[in-house]
Amino acid sequence: MTKRTNGEKVFAVFNTCILLGLALVFIVPIIHVVFASISDPLLLSANKGLITWPLGKPTLEGYRLVFLNNVIIKAYGNTILYVVSATAIGVMLSCFAAYALSRKKFMVKGFVTFVITFTMLFNGGLIPTYMVVRNLNMLDTRWAIILPNCVSVFNIMIMRTSFNSIPDGLEEAARIDGAGHWRVLFAIILPVSKAIIAVVVLFYAVQHWNSWFHTAIYVTNRDYYPLQIILREIVIANSTSSLDASGEPGELNLSRMLVKYAVIMVSIVPMFALYPFIQKYFVTGVMIGSIKG
Amino acid sequence: MKAVRTRLQKEWLENKAVYVMILPVLIYYFIFHYMPMGGILMAFQDYSPNLGYFGSKWVGLEHFKSFFTSYYFQRLLVNTLMISVKDIIISFPMSIIFALLLNEVRSKAFRKGVQTVSYLPYFISMVVVCGLVRDFTEAGGFISNMFAAMGGPQDGLLGNPGYFQGILIGSNVWQSLGYNSIIYISALSAIDQELYEAARIDGAGRWKQTLYVTLPGIASTIIIMLILRVGNLMTVNYQKIILLYSPATYETGDVISTFVYRKGLLDSSYSYATAVGLFNSVINLVILCVTNWLSRKYSETSLW
Repeated sequence: MTKRTNGEKVFAVFNTCILLGLALVFIVPIIHVVFASISDPLLLSANKGLITWPLGKPTLEGYRLVFLNNVIIKAYGNTILYVVSATAIGVMLSCFAAYALSRKKFMVKGFVTFVITFTMLFNGGLIPTYMVVRNLNMLDTRWAIILPNCVSVFNIMIMRTSFNSIPDGLEEAARIDGAGHWRVLFAIILPVSKAIIAVVVLFYAVQHWNSWFHTAIYVTNRDYYPLQIILREIVIANSTSSLDASGEPGELNLSRMLVKYAVIMVSIVPMFALYPFIQKYFVTGVMIGSIKG
Repeated sequence: MKAVRTRLQKEWLENKAVYVMILPVLIYYFIFHYMPMGGILMAFQDYSPNLGYFGSKWVGLEHFKSFFTSYYFQRLLVNTLMISVKDIIISFPMSIIFALLLNEVRSKAFRKGVQTVSYLPYFISMVVVCGLVRDFTEAGGFISNMFAAMGGPQDGLLGNPGYFQGILIGSNVWQSLGYNSIIYISALSAIDQELYEAARIDGAGRWKQTLYVTLPGIASTIIIMLILRVGNLMTVNYQKIILLYSPATYETGDVISTFVYRKGLLDSSYSYATAVGLFNSVINLVILCVTNWLSRKYSETSLW
């Protein structure tokens, strides 16, 4: 390391302060939610400020109400169902497509690549897409939540880039032994591609876990609602009335704010819990995507 | 002729399995992307779901005409462009600056820590982010109170048309600054360290090094990202707007896509909404092509 000049030292201090400030801006709203969710319900209802420490005596009352609420539990189960099935379908189709597009000799490769990437530049728009779902008789079914967005060009492309970088030698050896494409994919390519599969699983899972808009326009049956739609009623419309059907109306209303933050917590905790394990892959994934955007 | 046939036969024999693999994805794109493109026809009809595309009456460009002459046209176009342009001017350079600042940090642990924290908001759903934005910017929310103390509006920011676009862009920055900076951070780490060495020997300080080594090193990444962003000029995060706006803020917050949503899905004016949406996508595509062409001409970096 070369010696730092005074100007550089001043800059280093200044830089550290800016970054610390930014980090604080990123984290403070999250801390607000965490502490609000264990605050005293009455103090919380009266509070309007930023919460940087639990108000009153910390309590798990909000979580108790959330976990006892049938509407929320059902929505949570729906979300898990949609995330698991849509992610499974998406990852499987993306693996197949990425394998096909990473072949050196595949006559229609250019055409297929164009067909897929063109959808990033131009699409039919909200209403024609809605009409397709409607004409397929998928409105108000679970399929309308799972299928319409289960594949993404971006994920196929980062997978293809990753498959392309696997040395040909591995595959050729298997081909000489008489292995077909399915064998090559499952026995050679996929086992060495665990990192990229993890990335794509993460991207799809986050997307489906957090999605709300398509459900909102395609589905009106409350039995099919995922968590985000219930959350929308609670945090945007600021109403817990939809939860009351399952009993204890008075209690819910008193602790409305507390329930709101507890639901937010149970909705973001799975993503955050996943995150440390997958952070390394997440960054790699975005980087691969950027190289071959 | 025979040669072509044997070639096709060979391709089929060799790649039969590959065709089977690509088929489901092609079916997906056909159904959920190309069929809607065909459905755009309804922009030129008085489409009724009962009559279908073949039975509905053709009206030519009527819906476009009535949109262009409507009271809302100018407001929607201006709002869409203003929100997008402000977003580009503010969040685009911010993610580059954030990456540059992180790059100057010598402590690896500190850098990693700040980076990790910066990605967290990306994992939070839009519904929750908008819920928090509401909490903080409604009357009595802590951000509203801060502005009120500094002489801003006393009745909250969210319902105030003058602040709506700022709230939108601010929350975009909060949620995606870290995520957007990732690709600049990776571009920065790819710069050859010997270039810095050479610059130092020539007597360049940190600032000069940034100017003559770092920025040129990430210039092509910046240009690609800028093309992508400018090429999406007419795309605004309408899902977020839907969660945040109210009739009180339509004046500055209503954009073309939210209008399409209201007209098409809430009022069931399918054809009119499709026409408005088509106008938006076509302008977007044209802007993207022009930006790409300009960039290829002047900077030799382009998407295609």
